[in-house]
Amino acid sequence: MTKYFKLTVFVLSLIPLIIILVKIFFNNLGAEPIKEITNHTGEWTLLFLIFTLSMSPLKKITNMNIWISFRRMLGLFAFFYASLHMLTYTGLDYRFDLSAISKDILTKKYIFAGFTAWLLLIPLALTSSKKMIILLKHNWKKIHRLIYLTSILGVIHYIWLVKKDLTKPLIYLTIILILLMLRIRFNKNPLLLFNIKRS
Amino acid sequence: MKKIKYSEITPEKIYKKRRKFIKSLGYGLGSATIGSIPLIGNALANTDLTKPTDYEYITTYNNYYEFGTNKSDPYLNSQEFKTKPWTIRIEGEVENPMSFSVEEILSSFSSEERVYRLRCVEGWSMIIPWMGFSLSQLLNKVNFKTSAKFVEFETIYDPEQMIGQRKSILNWPYIEGLRIDEAMHPLTTVVTGLYGKSLPNQNGAPLRIFVPWKYGFKSAKSIVKIKFVKEMPNSSWMIASPREYGFYSNVNPNIDHPRWSQATERPINGDMFAPRIKTLMFNGYADEVAHLYSGMDLKKYF
Repeated sequence: MTKYFKLTVFVLSLIPLIIILVKIFFNNLGAEPIKEITNHTGEWTLLFLIFTLSMSPLKKITNMNIWISFRRMLGLFAFFYASLHMLTYTGLDYRFDLSAISKDILTKKYIFAGFTAWLLLIPLALTSSKKMIILLKHNWKKIHRLIYLTSILGVIHYIWLVKKDLTKPLIYLTIILILLMLRIRFNKNPLLLFNIKRS
Repeated sequence: MKKIKYSEITPEKIYKKRRKFIKSLGYGLGSATIGSIPLIGNALANTDLTKPTDYEYITTYNNYYEFGTNKSDPYLNSQEFKTKPWTIRIEGEVENPMSFSVEEILSSFSSEERVYRLRCVEGWSMIIPWMGFSLSQLLNKVNFKTSAKFVEFETIYDPEQMIGQRKSILNWPYIEGLRIDEAMHPLTTVVTGLYGKSLPNQNGAPLRIFVPWKYGFKSAKSIVKIKFVKEMPNSSWMIASPREYGFYSNVNPNIDHPRWSQATERPINGDMFAPRIKTLMFNGYADEVAHLYSGMDLKKYF
């Protein structure tokens, strides 16, 4: 049963990719296509981070374990969309102009935040297999708490790039903060959040 | 930068026809499959950087926060906007404050085609075949006092009609300003139309200002008042974020916006493979306007 649910989640997670591919193919991206692709992949990265962070609270609330079985896949989709976002920016937009890109990363704080958020997702993606969970034992959970930092950096990246109307990024920030606060409560003592013994 | 005259530019329709013709040649040569893929067909059609931006993009991709903050909002929310009757008042440090109806202005000054580059502070650009005349012609109708040092432009305040003004996204009414010599410069234009037609609401109808060497937000839309003042006006964007938006806001690839680079820009053409281009000093109008700022520290007066 879980298998079919997972397959459904997988297919649903591909929809944002399919949408953008269809738009590219039919030349339906509007006046500024690169910006459209960048915004689309960036926004879906944030949404998949939110989905990933929602799984363990959903498990606690509904008392159903099935949510946890989606978590890795959703996290990998977050990494997938984040990487497409990065590739759009570095490849399509800046044509791999490494000097311009590295200057941006070092001098523009919103790009620094976004780039760091993406970098922090790499170790999570690399250690997402069952083998790695066994191999890393209790360190695995420690490493994977980096997603908290990534989600905060990701939404700060969004806030810092918006010219004036902050409505949307602040909605995402609120959701992420709620999801993170739920975890603090589950752990009772916030100081224990990063304490491996609790896990 | 070399000035682009509208007459030098292939009109949109003929351009598209030519493209179609070239493409149809392609079909005959057996490349039908490649040409008929929308993606590649489009990439082929958008390689000319002196071609004016499509009418469709100029009129559906706008920053006009009075009608909403999304790029498509101005087009979607401005169609019912009433631009008749409309008067523009010129007042402040003048001997003879005057009011003009739009009809009077349109009949007193003859509009000409003015193809100018528009560079948005966000990092995109367009080439726009405006219709209009130099603002100096209008300003010369009044006798301004020597105490007048700046000109302030005020956009209409009408939250009933302008959905964006119901939220305090910016300090309404929208205020912009220029130094007198900038306002009197022949490039500073009162825009009356676009692509040979009347000005669409989303582009600032009935009348707007256009200052080609400054970032787009300096060009106030749907103006109702021009005021000569002694002190430098505080524009809406300066109030919103003084660190990011200065009074001058001249296009300058060497001075970044605090949060993003201004070195390059993306020409709006709907082509996902079109490269970025280098942003030019004073948006390519350095020959005409650089002297206005000689001896000024452009980093300080950004």
